[in-house]
Amino acid sequence: MGQRSPLFAAHTQAGGRMIDFAGWDMPLHYGSQLEEHKTVREKAGLFDVSHMTAVDVQGEGSCAFLQKLLANDVGRLDEGRALYTAMLNDEGGVIDDLIAYRLSWGYRLVINCATREKDVRWMNLQATGHAVRLTERPELAMLAVQGPAARDLAASVATSRQAAMIQSLETFQAGEADGWLIARTGYTGEDGLEISLPAAEAELFWSRLLQAGVSPCGLGCRDSLRLEAGLNLYGNEMDETITPFSANMGQTLAWEPADRDFIGRTALTAIQNKGGWDRLVGLIFEGRGVVRAGCPVMTEDAGTGTVTSGLFSPTLGHAIALARVPANTGKTARVLLRGREEEVRVTRPCFVRRGKKVPEQSS
Amino acid sequence: MDKIPADRLYTESHEWIRKEEDGTFTLGITQHAQELLGDIVHVIPDEGETELEAKAAAVTVESVKAVSDVYVPFACRILSHNSALENTPQLIETDPYDTGWILQLKPVDVDPKELDSLLDATDYAALCGRG
Repeated sequence: MGQRSPLFAAHTQAGGRMIDFAGWDMPLHYGSQLEEHKTVREKAGLFDVSHMTAVDVQGEGSCAFLQKLLANDVGRLDEGRALYTAMLNDEGGVIDDLIAYRLSWGYRLVINCATREKDVRWMNLQATGHAVRLTERPELAMLAVQGPAARDLAASVATSRQAAMIQSLETFQAGEADGWLIARTGYTGEDGLEISLPAAEAELFWSRLLQAGVSPCGLGCRDSLRLEAGLNLYGNEMDETITPFSANMGQTLAWEPADRDFIGRTALTAIQNKGGWDRLVGLIFEGRGVVRAGCPVMTEDAGTGTVTSGLFSPTLGHAIALARVPANTGKTARVLLRGREEEVRVTRPCFVRRGKKVPEQSS
Repeated sequence: MDKIPADRLYTESHEWIRKEEDGTFTLGITQHAQELLGDIVHVIPDEGETELEAKAAAVTVESVKAVSDVYVPFACRILSHNSALENTPQLIETDPYDTGWILQLKPVDVDPKELDSLLDATDYAALCGRG
């Protein structure tokens, strides 16, 4: 038996098909992954993400510490704002990707579950000499409510203060109300919320949301939603040997102020000066078949790449994939499917946002 | 456990096969198999030979989770594929034992003893219980 979220009983009661996910017993789906996917694009779905790790950073050295630790700049954050960032090693490889929230009392980092141990070890190592306290918050449950109707439905079952907060938040904004941290963030390409709350309150909120018409959604559609939205999955699109340049994360690197010496900066600057790194692109295959992770990608004369994630897009009705390919890959490439070479279109790595197909653009 | 029809035989790789009155066989995958696969998105007949050896792959089933092959249990000629699956692969999920059939085939030089190695409904239920 793996670790269990405070909502384990609620999952089995809702018919969740439980699987092991990085040591946690989590729901893959509650019947149909495709239906759950569609619900999030059209209405609202509810995800238990309590397996993710929250780490609070407090103390007067917090800002300086995080400006060193993270490749994006928390110095740019006003209170109640969030940013997406990489945490790099000295070689510029990605140790993890995470969201940092600036709150009245300090910063909350939400990191991946599968990388928890090494992340926390690295953070503690780097914290030496900084006036900071790092505190994990395993006692919290985390729920994501995602979809066009998510905020309205969540507000309808929250306290009046929480509801007011939910309705006032802008994208990538967060705030605390009646003991909950409510953020307008997500991993689906839809509008929605990610909420941290005391474990003891999770089951009631869960059941009220279901009564209000939000559908429980598992990790299966979480993956297809994030891939349609072109959002990276740690371990697939990046790891410690991959730089942000090759993981479509260049925009999350804050080069200004020029004297901010974040970990990995020196290595990335050298790589940038040299040029020619592989890049992360989208692939589209409209034939019958699914291009899956690990599949080689052959280019005309640029060399070979690899599919990092690939699946059937429920919204588009055909296969989509993310792939890391040589810098000068053209507009098409070939993949091997069931022993046959098939042509795929190479696009920017983003397929669906806010329920709609993103116009195809060459990468 | 859902009901496993007693009017046909089963393989250890979770296909069902039923003998028709005209001597041909209809083949599909079981309820247990489709549950393991999850939502099915494509059913793709393998190209090439229509005459297959025993235990050869004949059809590829792509689901949201995985790709898997459907095998024929004995040497046979493929007579037809269920064309409804081309646009409605979900038939395998909703009705795996009837309208979600996959192949119609005719045995080629099959020793009747070969059929003895297939499972009846009771044995197949026991196999699923173990798995």
